[in-house]
Amino acid sequence: MSGVVPVAHARKYFFRDGMNMEKEVLKARNIYKSFPGVKALQGVDFTLREGEIHALMGENGAGKSTLIKVLTGVYTKDEGNICLDDKEVSIHSPEAAQKVGISTVYQEISLCPNLTVAENLYIGRDGKIWKNWRSMNKAAKQLLESLDIPAEPTEQLANCSIAIQQMVAIARSVDMKCKVLILDEPTSSLDENEVQKLFGLMLDLKKRGVGIIFVTHFLDQVYAVCDRITVLRDGKLVGEYLISELPRVQLVSKMLGKDMDDLSDIKSIAKKYDGEDSGKEIFSAHELQSNADIKPFDMSVKKGEINGFTGLLGSGRSECVRAVFGADKVIGGYLDKNGKRIKVKKPIDAMKSGIAYLPEDRKNDGIIGELSVRDNIILALQVLKGPFRPFSKAEAQKFAEEYINLLDIKTASADTPIKSLSGGNQQKVILARWLLTHPEYLILDEPTRGIDVGTKVEIQKLVLQLASEGVSVTFISSEIDEMVRTCSRLIVMRDRQKVGELSGDDVSQQKIMSTIAGD
Amino acid sequence: MKIFKKLIGSQIMLPLIALLVLVLFNLIWDPSFFAISLGANNAGDPILKGNLVTIFDYGSELAILAIGMTLVTAASGGQDISVGATIAIAGSVILRIIRGNEVNVDTMKAPLIVAFIAAVVATMLVGAFNGALVSFFKVPPMVATLIMFTAGRSIAGWINNYDNIYIGDPRFKIFGGVVPGFPVPTAIIIALVCMIVIALVLKFTTLGLYAQSVGINEKSAKLNGINPIFVKFLTFVLLGVCCAVCGLIQTSRLGTINYSNISLNIEMDAILAVALGGNALGGGKFNMASSVLGAYIIQFLTVTLYKLDVPSTAISAYKAVVVIILVVISSPVVTKKIKEMKSRRNAKEAARKAGVE
Repeated sequence: MSGVVPVAHARKYFFRDGMNMEKEVLKARNIYKSFPGVKALQGVDFTLREGEIHALMGENGAGKSTLIKVLTGVYTKDEGNICLDDKEVSIHSPEAAQKVGISTVYQEISLCPNLTVAENLYIGRDGKIWKNWRSMNKAAKQLLESLDIPAEPTEQLANCSIAIQQMVAIARSVDMKCKVLILDEPTSSLDENEVQKLFGLMLDLKKRGVGIIFVTHFLDQVYAVCDRITVLRDGKLVGEYLISELPRVQLVSKMLGKDMDDLSDIKSIAKKYDGEDSGKEIFSAHELQSNADIKPFDMSVKKGEINGFTGLLGSGRSECVRAVFGADKVIGGYLDKNGKRIKVKKPIDAMKSGIAYLPEDRKNDGIIGELSVRDNIILALQVLKGPFRPFSKAEAQKFAEEYINLLDIKTASADTPIKSLSGGNQQKVILARWLLTHPEYLILDEPTRGIDVGTKVEIQKLVLQLASEGVSVTFISSEIDEMVRTCSRLIVMRDRQKVGELSGDDVSQQKIMSTIAGD
Repeated sequence: MKIFKKLIGSQIMLPLIALLVLVLFNLIWDPSFFAISLGANNAGDPILKGNLVTIFDYGSELAILAIGMTLVTAASGGQDISVGATIAIAGSVILRIIRGNEVNVDTMKAPLIVAFIAAVVATMLVGAFNGALVSFFKVPPMVATLIMFTAGRSIAGWINNYDNIYIGDPRFKIFGGVVPGFPVPTAIIIALVCMIVIALVLKFTTLGLYAQSVGINEKSAKLNGINPIFVKFLTFVLLGVCCAVCGLIQTSRLGTINYSNISLNIEMDAILAVALGGNALGGGKFNMASSVLGAYIIQFLTVTLYKLDVPSTAISAYKAVVVIILVVISSPVVTKKIKEMKSRRNAKEAARKAGVE
């Protein structure tokens, strides 16, 4: 990571004198916050020291977001006090939070994509209408250079990568003299390279004495940059730990509130499918190629087998399965089912031959936000059944209730719009949608992304159980340990090309890494 | 009681309240507003008369258009502003066929059904044109339909050489008047048939689910095997059919056509009906009954204003005031406030109950 830490002289003027890693910059004590029917925070303490990166961890619904929203003035706390530099502050709005020096950068970037980088850095900060554009651009250039952010002040923000956009948002906060910087899931839409760049910037800010609160679902990232971890569970504080004192397994068990021994070895416990036709190849792709810029590839899946595509983000894993499902335009090669060629040009063709596909981007490709959980569950089966044979409301309700119970989906009712569910429960609804079609071949692209640890384990177990019942599964995950735990065969992708296949004992973290790296 | 509870907080509540206000206002102002009597039309056939009959009779076109407009809005997230011009084309096609080569026609020269089918084909073509631009070429609906909005009335005039046609055949006048011996205006029956047809279509096909899915999340709908291009295209074609029906009623009412004035500005009322029904104009979820109710409310309002002797030129201004009120009531800010008030009251009640126990 040292490669990305920038030249020292340019950022000299940012350093604060007498920085002290033990100085507590933000102290929140005994914070209570309730919503109708939910006690979101119950006496939570949180301490942030100068120049530290502090991970805030917990499952969905543990109270992370609520705590952050209290700290940034989106919500008003019911009880408790917040001190900044030993002075009690009252924060009633996000603007007030910024004024006292608490800035937030959200996962969804809240800048204006149609303005330039410099405009985004300075707009709306001084309340003046007149701007000296040239001096603004100059100041922006200086700021960007000092933080080693590779962006031009006059470039339109929309043309920058997501990582750069995020860094610009951070630069804006830093330049507003923030003492506390909150990063809420900043890495979930970044690739490995971009994450490293962001970490470089975070470490740089840390040296300048900014206290950073880092919220993420990725354990690797926590252990890569953080100094301390605060764990919340069910709205209560579990504890604050130094990173060196809390091994991963313990962190997970603290988040879940139970020991997660079963998490490590679910594969060996799971039953293997033992029907007569086990081991028989049911779907195979030959020289398949789509218009999504991937090289032609072969792949196959056997009855009751779980295979996986692995590789870095952008290596072409998703594009491969999208080609199999007909989600992208297929421009070459073909697909066999039981040795016979089938025509898959669009998703409906694939669905009719028994393929189901849970897409990577849940929000944009998966859920139909305003529709009810019920309609979201029956959608794929309804489409298969055809436009002239709609399910009656009672039938649909029956299906919905069955799967709400089966997958333990937490929703007020089947009528609730899916967008008001938490990420993990939305994912279960999409999963239910495809399970309802009783697929022979289930493709799961990042089914565990952005959801809490408990649901992740549930989904992995479900996948293993489906396979034991004879469903063939393709499983894709960014977290290699998940792949190792579930898949019996792996296709490794690099630079939009299949570079290898691993099976048996070769399915291990070590081997995967070295194949991805190409050693 | 259960039905009542279900109604509260449902989408149809807003148009229902608006309707109730209009009804109450008229009851207080002049209860005779609601009187219905049996009279006779110019030809001597019995016909029901009264304000309510007028509302339902002259609200028919708007209600029929609202059906198509709701589907287009749901699936494409935009509106078709060419419906008035499309009605002109439909009317012109009908007259072109039944007039033969004459200008003053006493008996139709071709069966009306042929003329109507030709009009349906013509408007479906217009709908297909709009639909293709929107669904395949991804032109924003308002821009795409602007083409027909501008050109449609010229096309309508061109179909009949801009002739000043008059159809005197009493059989043709049935659709804008009454069937001899049956006093309910035919337009009301036609609108009713259209509503029944769309209700059946929504019940026995998945059009509603597909249109909403496409309108809410096109990419996701596609990955579930729905063809978004076709669904959007289809809604525009269906709206075209609605226009043909309106064209028949409109020309039948007058026995003639004024190419530049027939159904002028009706597209705005049709869009307003969808909005009054509480449907998001950005697409997605819709409630067909609400839209149709919205259409009749607009007509109710118009008739009420006429009764109050508001000059016809000023009616638009009064309508605008009502629209402002309704739009503000259904705006996100106000609905959020109402929701907050509700949840606070519920919380209080729960606390009180807990205290009692």
